[in-house]
Amino acid sequence: MKKEEERPVLKVEGLTVRYGKGCPHCLEGGALLKNTCPQCRTVWACRAVDAELYPGEILGVVGESGSGKSTLMKSLYFDFPVTEGRAWLTSYKEGGADIFHQNLQQKKYIRNHIMGMVYQNPVLGLRMDYSSAGNIAEKLIAAGGRSFSAMTGRVRELLAAVEILETRMKEPPRYFSGGMQQRVQISKALANNPAVLLLDEVTTGLDLSVQARVLDLIRRIRQEYGISILLVSHDLAVIRMLADRTIVMLDGQVIERGLTDQILDDPQHPYTQQLVHSLL
Amino acid sequence: MIDQSHYNFAFLDENSKREIRRSLLKAVAIPGYQVPFGSRELPIGRGWGTGGIQITLSVIGRQDVLKVIDQGSDDSVNAVNIKKLVAACTGVKVTTDSEEATLIQTRHRIPETPLRQDQILILQVPTPEPLRVVEPRESVTKRMHAEAEYSPMWLTLYEDLIRCGRIGISSEYPVSVEGRYVMNPSPIPRYDTPKLNDSDALYLFGAGREKKIYAVPPYTAVIPLAFEDVPFEAENFAGKKCRLCGAEHVYLDELTDSMTGRRVCECSDTGYCAKRRAEAAGEKRISAGFTESERETGGSVSAGASGEEMAR
Repeated sequence: MKKEEERPVLKVEGLTVRYGKGCPHCLEGGALLKNTCPQCRTVWACRAVDAELYPGEILGVVGESGSGKSTLMKSLYFDFPVTEGRAWLTSYKEGGADIFHQNLQQKKYIRNHIMGMVYQNPVLGLRMDYSSAGNIAEKLIAAGGRSFSAMTGRVRELLAAVEILETRMKEPPRYFSGGMQQRVQISKALANNPAVLLLDEVTTGLDLSVQARVLDLIRRIRQEYGISILLVSHDLAVIRMLADRTIVMLDGQVIERGLTDQILDDPQHPYTQQLVHSLL
Repeated sequence: MIDQSHYNFAFLDENSKREIRRSLLKAVAIPGYQVPFGSRELPIGRGWGTGGIQITLSVIGRQDVLKVIDQGSDDSVNAVNIKKLVAACTGVKVTTDSEEATLIQTRHRIPETPLRQDQILILQVPTPEPLRVVEPRESVTKRMHAEAEYSPMWLTLYEDLIRCGRIGISSEYPVSVEGRYVMNPSPIPRYDTPKLNDSDALYLFGAGREKKIYAVPPYTAVIPLAFEDVPFEAENFAGKKCRLCGAEHVYLDELTDSMTGRRVCECSDTGYCAKRRAEAAGEKRISAGFTESERETGGSVSAGASGEEMAR
């Protein structure tokens, strides 16, 4: 999928999220105990993470719990403040502006127009007491939509795309199954045709048949919309099925990166080897 | 009349009035913005119009003519007591005629008679924050106003439309002031909301319990939030008229006639209704809601005695 001449739609450089002031040891790149500085107890949720996402590509992010995968995603979606680092989106000012150093209005614009996010926990991404239509329309309203009929038309289109019956558009997501809630989240994330879709453990907690439907949906979305997807999962089967390239994270750092088949069939880092072998 | 040697003019001390006036100036300078102020204790319970009273007491002068209405009525207990308090500690003239008044303190209604440049309408507000229905945290609503993040407010309108096919907000309909702040116009009915737009008069809003003041200066754009293809609609009284004065195209209260059991309509604005009847009868109006002939016959309006009579 990656082509040398192509510009990445999303480029991240040195993304660091730190909880604590740090000390000379950890600030100068000293070894950490897990992701915590052994001297000052500062937690390095992400440490100098670099990543590139190319047009139409699915980039997988794998790692154990606490490795910084979700922090990476939420930082890119401005849910968490970033300590250091820069990121560029081709769709935003033609890639000429660091998105982390924009004002609140600009960040809101990026969230509403250029990126879509699907959270692991639907409660974070949906208003459980509002109708499904309202949940999706929220994204359209945030992007400046003020025509009721146009927005409702778009909501119908999106619900059909994720195979939710139109008759259920007035029901709140709290009445839906986990898989349906994730599909409502996906349709909400797609509402404004974003250039980048961030998927954070979308299949976690779902049974296998529902997982398969959601994964099929993601594959179809990529084909139909040509959207670039950053996919976080701790499930290597999901990564193998969907991701073109993969980065492996451990203790807040990227320890290995490459084509998914290469990572899973010929892992180089001892942790990746352990991860792959524990699966097999 | 309260002994003036024991109370300052207009009850509040001068420093309190000055502080409230400063807040009012800021509110007028930033239309729709909620200005915090040090709400004072008053001889009336919080939530009974203390915000409105404090504004009234701060801006009133000896030459002013005061009108106080509560849900359109000049004669409700709340309106009468507020009128008594202000009249007792200022000595100003009180009236039920909207045209005669220079200061009108009100709750839930804006008078039917269009207001003039030299008039000030003071509205009592229970919940000044329009975003409270979507966000309980004050710190978050402040940030939302700062960022003009009103999507959740629009979403509530969308929800109403998608679930019920119409917007079900009957009062406190959110409005956009000069395209910047979303404001709660106080619990006035939707019928009154358009009166705020491009008005000749100054509107001041006081919330004593919530300690907030805000304002709509004259000739300010006050537009109810509405989708492009679903326009704002006020209550429709087409085909109905006041049984007392025959007025049409006014805000009407629906009542059940205790004698016949029929549903009947009366003007919500009792001062307006009484004036129309007095003019129609060509008689001198003596007090709120009663003409000479009605007084002789005992009257057919349920409002009872006027505020001035109760005060006596």
